[in-house]
Amino acid sequence: MRKQTRVAALALVCATATLTAACGGDDTAAGDDNTITWWHNSNNEPGKGFYEKVAADFEDANPGVTVEVTAMAHEDMVDNLAAAFQSGDLPDVYMERGGGELAAHVDAGLTRDLTDDAADEIEAIGGSVAGWQVDDRTYALPFSVGVVGVWYNRDEFEAAGVTPPTTMSEWEQVNDDLKAAGIAPLSLGAGDTWPAAHYWYYAAVRTCSQDVLTQAVADLDFADPCFVEAGEVVQDFVATEPFNKGFLATPAQEGASSASGLLATGKVASEMQGHWEPGVMQGLTDDGEGLGDKTGWFPFPAVEGGAGDPTAALGGGDAWAVSEGAPDTAVDLVTYLLSEDVQRGFAENDMGLPTLPSATDAISDPVLADLIEVRDSAPYVQLYFDTAFGESVGGAMNDAIALMFAGKATPQDVVDAMQQAADDQG
Amino acid sequence: MTLPSLTAEPDVGAGDPAPAERPDTVRAGRSPGGRRTTARERLEIVAFVSPALVLLGLFVVWPVLSAVRMSLYRWRGFGPMDDFVGLDNYRRVLTDDVFTQAVTHNLVIVVLSIAIQLPLGLAVALLLNRRMRGRGVVRTLIFVPYVLAEVIAGVIWFQLMIPDTGVVDGLLGGVGVTPPDQGFLGTPGLALWAVMAVLTWKYLGLAILLLLAGLQSVPEEVYEAAQLDGASWWQTQRRIVVPLLGPTIRTWCFLSMIGSLQLFDMVWVLTGGGPANATTTMATYLVTQGTQRGNYGIAGAASVVLFVIGVVMAALYQRLVLRRDTEDAR
Repeated sequence: MRKQTRVAALALVCATATLTAACGGDDTAAGDDNTITWWHNSNNEPGKGFYEKVAADFEDANPGVTVEVTAMAHEDMVDNLAAAFQSGDLPDVYMERGGGELAAHVDAGLTRDLTDDAADEIEAIGGSVAGWQVDDRTYALPFSVGVVGVWYNRDEFEAAGVTPPTTMSEWEQVNDDLKAAGIAPLSLGAGDTWPAAHYWYYAAVRTCSQDVLTQAVADLDFADPCFVEAGEVVQDFVATEPFNKGFLATPAQEGASSASGLLATGKVASEMQGHWEPGVMQGLTDDGEGLGDKTGWFPFPAVEGGAGDPTAALGGGDAWAVSEGAPDTAVDLVTYLLSEDVQRGFAENDMGLPTLPSATDAISDPVLADLIEVRDSAPYVQLYFDTAFGESVGGAMNDAIALMFAGKATPQDVVDAMQQAADDQG
Repeated sequence: MTLPSLTAEPDVGAGDPAPAERPDTVRAGRSPGGRRTTARERLEIVAFVSPALVLLGLFVVWPVLSAVRMSLYRWRGFGPMDDFVGLDNYRRVLTDDVFTQAVTHNLVIVVLSIAIQLPLGLAVALLLNRRMRGRGVVRTLIFVPYVLAEVIAGVIWFQLMIPDTGVVDGLLGGVGVTPPDQGFLGTPGLALWAVMAVLTWKYLGLAILLLLAGLQSVPEEVYEAAQLDGASWWQTQRRIVVPLLGPTIRTWCFLSMIGSLQLFDMVWVLTGGGPANATTTMATYLVTQGTQRGNYGIAGAASVVLFVIGVVMAALYQRLVLRRDTEDAR
């Protein structure tokens, strides 16, 4: 009996030791050159099924190649990617949001240079690839680029007798008129900070020239007074109290009481959000329609006296990237994803705003079709600053902007926080 | 980190009923200067202790050491960790207003949790220890919040506290109280108190349960003796029952303190640390800095600071308050 126990104990020790050794082992990807792993975030229909079909078509066209598709909810994908970057064990094809984030991945040697392998596709996409370039080399192919603007409820605007504004002072007047008509003008999910930060970004696009912005993204120097000016524009706007009650704790898009939910259920007249808003609102209403025919859209108004272009847009998008060390067939998959066939299918399923010019007319949703027009007629699309500046500066900036919305920071504080984070980054 | 001193020393010979070669010492490991342990016994010690040591090393010691290492580098979370910055991350954490506010919030929660939940919990426990109708039902009900998953409770309270349309505002409006314009969670000056209220609701049940369990160990004879001596119910509680509950109360305070220092999930769900950093805790700070911003060095330094604060407070508490109880247990 005692002997048995001892043997069992020893076995346990050995098993534990083996397990530990296994845990400490290397974690190189198990895939061979004919198996491609692909992560995406279209985990709902029709997107999920569409991408399954795309993968199957690719396998048919490339005999012997297997594509392992993993569809995840967006937040899950972001978490999993962060872990993958840390371990260096990345999927072969994955999503990049561009800007400083991508530059950091490139710097760490994690992302493959696609400049030569996908030259045709890069040329076909045109100017949109700029957000995914580092030192004039292209590291990912954008498949959907959208712009931020103000979504509004046509019925409520009509009821209050107002029309979309074109300047900040007009906008404040519209909000006052809506309030006078007993309608809450705007919802804002400042609990998530980035929706509040979008106001500051857009104001900066209006107060800063494109050159200043490009330079700021490149060298993270925010000395130009236009950045403080942008904060003042936002501060003045916040002072007119246009937002829903409790906006500081309101989430962006989870549930009917979120900022998007308030717009979808007619509790507020408008909300500034990205191109995904109609899709989000559909998910937040019982009938799955969102605002339906009542959905309207107008661009962020011009700032009087601002040095920025009043028609420039703030936006961003998603691009397919190939991890360093992935098989060449992974590049083939990415170029296939940017082919006219796949981009048209993407557009027909209203999965986003396609970047390939020859696919843009395939979009079926009229509101999204309008957005494409706005995007393509904008002189340039400024990438969301938090993405452009990278997570560290971006996070500090968003926090400082949220503090300003709470009345706890000045426009100068925001710029100081950004500069501090940039300097600490070295 | 507190386990070794809380538990009794490992009783090496216990599973081995008096082997022939050591008739006089059952607890060989405890008697210094006693008989030397044989090779076989040493092997047994190794066999029994090593699984626990391996697990402890793998899941406690190694993570702590790697956090310390991480805190000395500027690291984005991927790529090589080669930008050594010494103690600079500590300087940045300790001079960051958001972090010092977070530490303050943690300490406020430590103090308030004990100051609110202990008297309240004690009162309810004493009440529920009396024979009364529906006692079982009330005991169950009071414990329900503690059983609920933290995130679910957080989401429910978030919904209840939505301004205007939420239940809390509705009830307050019904009795003529004007709720804050931006809601309880959206007003920087009120958010921490709102979080505190939810925490009290959530954890009061645990305090009551533990104290009730402690009350069961108060022997019936003591009550009888007190009654015979003519002590009133109040006198019995104050002079006899509460002092006898001492060990339970001190253990509960310790658990509450550690929980408050580590507080993360309820805050994360209710406010995410906002509005305007009004409810940030050390744990939300390090998650924000680490996983959200990719400042893993800063997060590492913050977690080491949190660890040190936790260890120091736990050690002091052990030394100053709990020592008597653990000595009794030996």
